[in-house]
Amino acid sequence: MISLSDFLVVGALLFCLSVAGIFINRKNMIVLLMAIELMLLAVNLNFIAFAHYLGDVAGQVFVFFILTVAAAESAIGLAILVVLFRNRRTINVQQLDSLKG
Amino acid sequence: MKSVYVGIVLAPLLGTIVTGLLGRWLSREAVHRICIGGVALSLILSLVAFFHVVGGGETFNEPIYRWMFSDGISFEIGFLVDRLTALMIVVVNFVSLMVHIYTIGYMHDDPGYKRFFSYISLFTFSMLMLVMSNNFLQLFFGWEAVGLVSYLLIGFWYQRESAIYANMKAFLVNRVGDFGFLLGIAAILMYFNSLDYADVFRAAPLLQDVTVEVIPGLEWSVITLICILLFIGAMGKSAQVPLHVWLPDSMEGPTPISALIHAATMVTAGVFMVARMSPLYELSETALSVVLVIGALTAFFMGLVGIVQHDIKRVVAYSTLSQLGYMMVGLGASAYAAGIFHLMTHAFFKALMFLAAGSVIIALHHEQDMRKMGGLKRYMPVTYWTMLIGCLALIGFPGLSGFFSKDAIIEAVGESEIPGAGLAYLLVLLGVFVTALYTFRMFFLTFHGEERMDPHAREHLHESPAVVTVPLVLLAVPAVLVGWLTVEPLLFGGWFGEAIRVAAEHDVLARMGEGFHGALSMVLHGLLAPPFWLAMAGVATAWYAYLKRPELPELAKERAGVLYRVLVNKYGFDDFNQAVFGDGSVRLGRGLWQVGDVTVIDGVMVNGTARGVGRLAVVMRLLQSGYLYHYAFAMIIGLLVLLSWAVAA
Amino acid sequence: MSAEQAIFYFFSAVLVGAGAAVVTVRNPVHAALFLVLAFFTSAALWLLLEAEFLAVTLVLVYVGAVMVLFLFVVMMLDINLVPLREGFIRYLPVGVVVAVLMFVEMALVVGSSYFGLERFGSPPRHPADYSNTKELGGVLYTEYVYPFEIAAAVLVVAIIAAIALTLRRRPDSKRQDPARQVRVRREGRVRLVSLPAARRPAQGEGSSES
Repeated sequence: MISLSDFLVVGALLFCLSVAGIFINRKNMIVLLMAIELMLLAVNLNFIAFAHYLGDVAGQVFVFFILTVAAAESAIGLAILVVLFRNRRTINVQQLDSLKG
Repeated sequence: MKSVYVGIVLAPLLGTIVTGLLGRWLSREAVHRICIGGVALSLILSLVAFFHVVGGGETFNEPIYRWMFSDGISFEIGFLVDRLTALMIVVVNFVSLMVHIYTIGYMHDDPGYKRFFSYISLFTFSMLMLVMSNNFLQLFFGWEAVGLVSYLLIGFWYQRESAIYANMKAFLVNRVGDFGFLLGIAAILMYFNSLDYADVFRAAPLLQDVTVEVIPGLEWSVITLICILLFIGAMGKSAQVPLHVWLPDSMEGPTPISALIHAATMVTAGVFMVARMSPLYELSETALSVVLVIGALTAFFMGLVGIVQHDIKRVVAYSTLSQLGYMMVGLGASAYAAGIFHLMTHAFFKALMFLAAGSVIIALHHEQDMRKMGGLKRYMPVTYWTMLIGCLALIGFPGLSGFFSKDAIIEAVGESEIPGAGLAYLLVLLGVFVTALYTFRMFFLTFHGEERMDPHAREHLHESPAVVTVPLVLLAVPAVLVGWLTVEPLLFGGWFGEAIRVAAEHDVLARMGEGFHGALSMVLHGLLAPPFWLAMAGVATAWYAYLKRPELPELAKERAGVLYRVLVNKYGFDDFNQAVFGDGSVRLGRGLWQVGDVTVIDGVMVNGTARGVGRLAVVMRLLQSGYLYHYAFAMIIGLLVLLSWAVAA
Repeated sequence: MSAEQAIFYFFSAVLVGAGAAVVTVRNPVHAALFLVLAFFTSAALWLLLEAEFLAVTLVLVYVGAVMVLFLFVVMMLDINLVPLREGFIRYLPVGVVVAVLMFVEMALVVGSSYFGLERFGSPPRHPADYSNTKELGGVLYTEYVYPFEIAAAVLVVAIIAAIALTLRRRPDSKRQDPARQVRVRREGRVRLVSLPAARRPAQGEGSSES
């Protein structure tokens, strides 16, 4: 039998991988966005696991909304990325420092 | 009668509004006719009221108009017309009318002629509102209104630097007094929950034993506190020590004003107020004692200053101060009737003296220095004789009006057993000598002796026109007669009835009344009493020093240099006020500006905040690298810490 | 080991491996493809958890739309990969340490001592005629109808934002502005100039009118 904690550990593993990904791919914005998608996936896995083991469909509803928002987020993020690239000819995060105080 | 009372007040008000607002389109004659008509109508109506009240008519005490009603307290305009009020309105209107007529002559060539008439009518209105009031709010209104007109009139010649200084000084000093007055009214409102005289007087005995903590650890009777606060207002308005400093300077105003406002009526408002409040003052021996001592100090020491003045109007002004002191002494000794009696007689003879002095000033083309006068008797007989009557009345020559009132006051003080009465008695007795000395010094220097004016002025010397002399004569009549006629009912006949209340143990007039056998016997008795001889000694001294041996005063001046300098400096009140309050507040203001505004508010709070934020930002901006992954790291580290905390818990 | 467990461990291993590959491979196109793999495997895991509708949605929406968008962008942009890989080795230890630390902490929380079978028993299987889509839809359109509406609005905003951000006005394109055409006034178009009258040619010469 598969226990709840098995799913949760898989989710945690996925989450930590994406955190490490953010750390090591600090310059490539596309991979950063992908790492974020991966993070959301880990979270969704957790939600569905809980929904299944607790017998509550609300967790699935949450996942549904997260998918919606994540789709919107990646659409806008990619749009920004395109505009950025068009203007600066790069997606190197290190060169995007106009926020510097 | 209600319409009569309203008419008394409205007639002068109408005059002032018409001439004040429409004066530009009216001729000079029209202006003075309207104003004089208004005051004359008011005088006639007030005589009607007077005889109605004296003839046994009901005391009128009714609200005319309710201004507002708030929290159970009614703010009203209302009239209280009893015998005290009736007497006051007749005196006020009579003197005011005389001054109005006199002004035609005195201000004849002045460009501010119309404005002046508008002002004095306004003053008459305000003063009538003050004396006819039946509540404290209206009293305060009248009080401030006369103060305002006084301010306007002292600074009437507003191009003169000294006039501006004088009216500012009068205004500021009166603010000090009015502050106390307002606090007194506030205390009354707080404890009695009413502003109506009748309510307050009815409830006053119930509050006799109530005390209030003025400053921590000092319990005072509420009544005493109220009385003293009100008296502070009276000290300002009636120029008692130490708030007297504005009155001598107020002589910068035109002479009719000095006569009307700063001698006969406005300055006596304080005296009137204390007499009106007699049911309160009778409950507090402490307050009476304060009134008595302050009055006595004013009476004596201000008289002394009068001896060294050279300006004829200033001598009369100091004499006014001194006489106001006498009135206060009378009130303090619970002889309210005597105080009001002196108020009345003083109004006549002091207005007379001022107008006579004004007549001299006109004749000498606005020269006021007595050292440039002398020997005017030959040129100005009417002025001379009326002035002599005024002077004799002032020093209390038996038979003239001043004698009856002043003698009554002195005797009342002698009878009084209030703390401080002994000192006050001594001071008022010596004051009689001083009064006679400065009065006749002024008289002799002006009308007798060698002619010291410049030759050009001497050629043009002549008696003043009829508009000036007629009021003098008209005022001289009551100055002589009013004492004879009224001494018996006013002082001993209980004439004031319910208007003035005196506690039995304070009732010195009743005790004096036992030895009173008619005016004539009082005169005869007065011839033997010490005040008369002191007055005669004063006149004799003045005669000897200023006519017989004119070099004597100079000699005395050198011998008693310190005393002379003290008197010339008026005991240093002016210098003290200038140094402490004037310069002090300038320095305080400058200090607050430099420290409070420039340093604290501008420097520390406004610019300092900006600078602080700037400095903080210089440090904080180093945190903002602008690299997205730094922010991402921060978030992850934060998540890690949060997680650790959750695991550890 | 039951078949169920075997499937779980297999897909979990693939999922973790794909995730690791996403963050480590050099080429972003490969990373995107590994991400697609991760989505597929997790969809399989979701099926195991009886969330059929979401599993299908994940594949259709994410793999079908979002990841295609990713790939499209990655391929469209002319990216110089060399500078983007700088510091990869340098930051690898830090990333690994942080990730391991975090995983240990998380494992402590979600480990079998709290969420094991003793605490949360495996729920009974749904019957064959059970429809996950129907149940989800029933909840979504009743209880969560307002969030659903908001989600729709968010999507519309995202569409508009994406278009607005990437829309580019070409300066050389020719187009009409009807509003300006309507507003135009005579003063803006016609300029009256006074010209000196030219000398008229002699009468006899100009007879061509006839």
